[in-house]
Amino acid sequence: MSTRFSVNGRTVDAKAEADTPLLWVIRDEIGLTGTKFGCGAALCGACTVHVDGQPVRSCQTPLSAVAGRKVSTIESLPRNNTHPLQKAWIAHDVPQCGYCQSGQLMSAAALLSHNKNPSDADIDAAMSGNICRCGTYARIKAAIKTAAAEMRGARSQA
Amino acid sequence: MSTTTTTRGGLSRRGFLQTSAVAGGGLAIGANLAGLSVEALAAGTIHTPNAWVHIADDNTITLISARSEMGQGVYTSMPMLIAEELNVDLRTVQVVIAPPGKEYVNSLLGAQITGGSTSVRDAWEKLRVAGAQVREMLVSAAAARWNVDPATLTAANGKVTGPGGKSATYGQLAADAAKLPVPEKPPLKDPSKFAIVGKRTKRLDTPSKVNGTAEYGIDVKLPGMLYASIEQCPVIGGKVDSFDGAAAKAMPGVVDVVQLPDGVAVVADTYWHAFKARKALTVRWNEGPGASLTTAQMAESNRDAATKSKVIVIKANGDVDAAMKGAVKVVKAEYTLPLLSHAPLEPMNFTAHVANGKALLIGPTQFQQGAEGVVAATLGMKPEDITIKTTFLGGGFGRRLELDFIAQAALVSKAVGKPVKVLWTREDDMTHDFYRPMALNQLEAGLDAQGKPVAMRFKVTSQSVTQRAFGLPADTLDPFMAEAAVAPYQIAASKHDLVIHDAGMRVGYWRAVSHNMNAFANESFIDECAAAAGQDPVKYRLALLDGQPRFANVLRMASEKSGWATPVAGRSRGVALMEGYDTYMAQVAEISMQGGVPVVHKVTIVADLGRMVNPDTVEAQIQSSIVFGLTAALFGEITVDKGRIQETNFDRYRLMRMNEAPVIDITLVQSSEKPGGIGEPATALIGPAVANAVFAATGKRVRRMPFTAETIASA
Repeated sequence: MSTRFSVNGRTVDAKAEADTPLLWVIRDEIGLTGTKFGCGAALCGACTVHVDGQPVRSCQTPLSAVAGRKVSTIESLPRNNTHPLQKAWIAHDVPQCGYCQSGQLMSAAALLSHNKNPSDADIDAAMSGNICRCGTYARIKAAIKTAAAEMRGARSQA
Repeated sequence: MSTTTTTRGGLSRRGFLQTSAVAGGGLAIGANLAGLSVEALAAGTIHTPNAWVHIADDNTITLISARSEMGQGVYTSMPMLIAEELNVDLRTVQVVIAPPGKEYVNSLLGAQITGGSTSVRDAWEKLRVAGAQVREMLVSAAAARWNVDPATLTAANGKVTGPGGKSATYGQLAADAAKLPVPEKPPLKDPSKFAIVGKRTKRLDTPSKVNGTAEYGIDVKLPGMLYASIEQCPVIGGKVDSFDGAAAKAMPGVVDVVQLPDGVAVVADTYWHAFKARKALTVRWNEGPGASLTTAQMAESNRDAATKSKVIVIKANGDVDAAMKGAVKVVKAEYTLPLLSHAPLEPMNFTAHVANGKALLIGPTQFQQGAEGVVAATLGMKPEDITIKTTFLGGGFGRRLELDFIAQAALVSKAVGKPVKVLWTREDDMTHDFYRPMALNQLEAGLDAQGKPVAMRFKVTSQSVTQRAFGLPADTLDPFMAEAAVAPYQIAASKHDLVIHDAGMRVGYWRAVSHNMNAFANESFIDECAAAAGQDPVKYRLALLDGQPRFANVLRMASEKSGWATPVAGRSRGVALMEGYDTYMAQVAEISMQGGVPVVHKVTIVADLGRMVNPDTVEAQIQSSIVFGLTAALFGEITVDKGRIQETNFDRYRLMRMNEAPVIDITLVQSSEKPGGIGEPATALIGPAVANAVFAATGKRVRRMPFTAETIASA
């Protein structure tokens, strides 16, 4: 028994039991450790990944729920940090301990995928499920705006 | 206070297990450093008394950080100090974390510890001297090679150059330089010449933290590694009486079930298998003396101790009784703080491989020397057989000064003879913390006819972390408990007392430690005195700050920056002032009351911390501390019933979220004073600033945290 789905564009057949949370399949079986474990109860957002483009908490998503679907993790962003969000995170030096930042980036990416000009309220609404114990919220908000501006610029040039 | 620093160093050193310098054991950090280790750098390393600087033949420069990176930016600020004197571009250097070693001891704490906002204060001289030593050795090596006067040579941009176009890279000189004696007192740059230190500098660790490659403890993987989930006694301090692991052992992937003193570990091929099988354990506990503990009982015993237990004098000045009798008005107030959990976002974990008389331990720790010591003590091994490697820490805040989870990993790995990663759940983490102690602060002041305080009594009753962690003898002043106890205000007669009382819960150092209770009390109380005197809180404080220019300056500046003199409709402001970690700080919180609780809109901070290494990181630490301190002030409370912690996850132990975070306006005072610490102080000051703003808004004095609607309504 295995579960077939795609991770960052690659097809995988996961051997874990169907009720295993996606988080642990991604981390321990597939070996992508950028997605983090924070609470195990969908309260902190550290484990945020995309399933078919929607942000979900992978600690509360059983493997069976992603059969045949497309999962994207922090590793789907370029390793050389060229995504507008990664560039903005570096420009604002957002991370402190950095542990929550994969989840923060995935929530931000989901927001910007459908809203290239988010207001403060839009950002609050999209990001308040992600806890940062180091309190980097002000920089996250600024970085999202910077990335959004770049993405708008890129689109208008295209 | 320099005397406090001395005492801390002295008492800290006593309790630590002796360690010898271990050559090797560092762990590479960051994606670009994969495979790099201190062992691999042995050849060509220039070893100074305080740091290792490795310069490879290809001129790659590797600097060793003696402090753990837990978000505070030391993997950038520590190399900045070395790079400044070595005259190299910071972007060309790599950073590795130090293994346990005498040369890495934090002089302010007497052990190899990351904490107490000490990293820059400890390293400020040391690492610049180390960089200068290496620079001088490279110049001497070049002078000898070219047979010229070293004074004619320049070391800059990774090269030594001299007359007649002579030039050699540091890499070409490193092997020769490593053989030279280390100069004791190399010349240091005048700060006016600094090219790196004091400049806003991008963190070296950020790139690895935005693409998922930064390695935390939870990410460590060793060949053949197993995973362990541990059922710990629900009452901290309790022991396993007996257990039945048969059902757990029969579950998929389970390799073994291991009894530990305080719990039962299920070891399996994956974390999820271990976690699931753990639920199938049946454990009988000997819950021990903590099994009846309740929050109410702890608070009551603390209050009882405040009147009955022995008093330790922190500071006594003048005849308080006489001055109090002469006062026109007496102001009295009590302030209380609850237990708190550290709640770093990365739950406790460590990976161990104990085999063939050797132990390898990899994970997130603030205390490498302690990690080595606890493994030595737990397994009966010699330090030279133990290797400690430090990963990135997914938050520390004091929790990772503790060694409980490291000992667990060592024991489980030894029992199964394989590499094992022990990983706690959030519930494990929150219910088995070393909690910020409860505190009761009792203050009394006598005011003269003008409303000026002429007499003051201050008593803090709380639990000593230092007694538990480092064996501080009973009835001895715990210097950490006296932090911020003595406020800067001129009062002719005053007495400051400490009562140490063990309320029965395991306690630990929590960000800003006792600044939290003492600054909350002092800064709320001086506001109460100002109100009793019918005076403006800023003006009242300023009048008591003669001869305290750094305090007066940050207070004046915060007043101006916040628009203190210009009210905003619907908003109320509160101010607070403190020195902590050699940093002088004033904060103004601007709030409105909504649904009976304060909503904090804006916080204005002015900080004078002397010379700064990386001002951007300084600001980040203040931003961080405000959110951390507000989380405690508005939401934070750990409660106990029948010895069990009642808050088990972020639903009942709320952490501040983005939509609740205020605008934070920071001004840093330019100063040539010696550096102060900045990882913690702002944490302690935001609570009283908000409490004073609540008073301004409602006329109610909220004297206990958290500031919930119930607490404020009943104030």
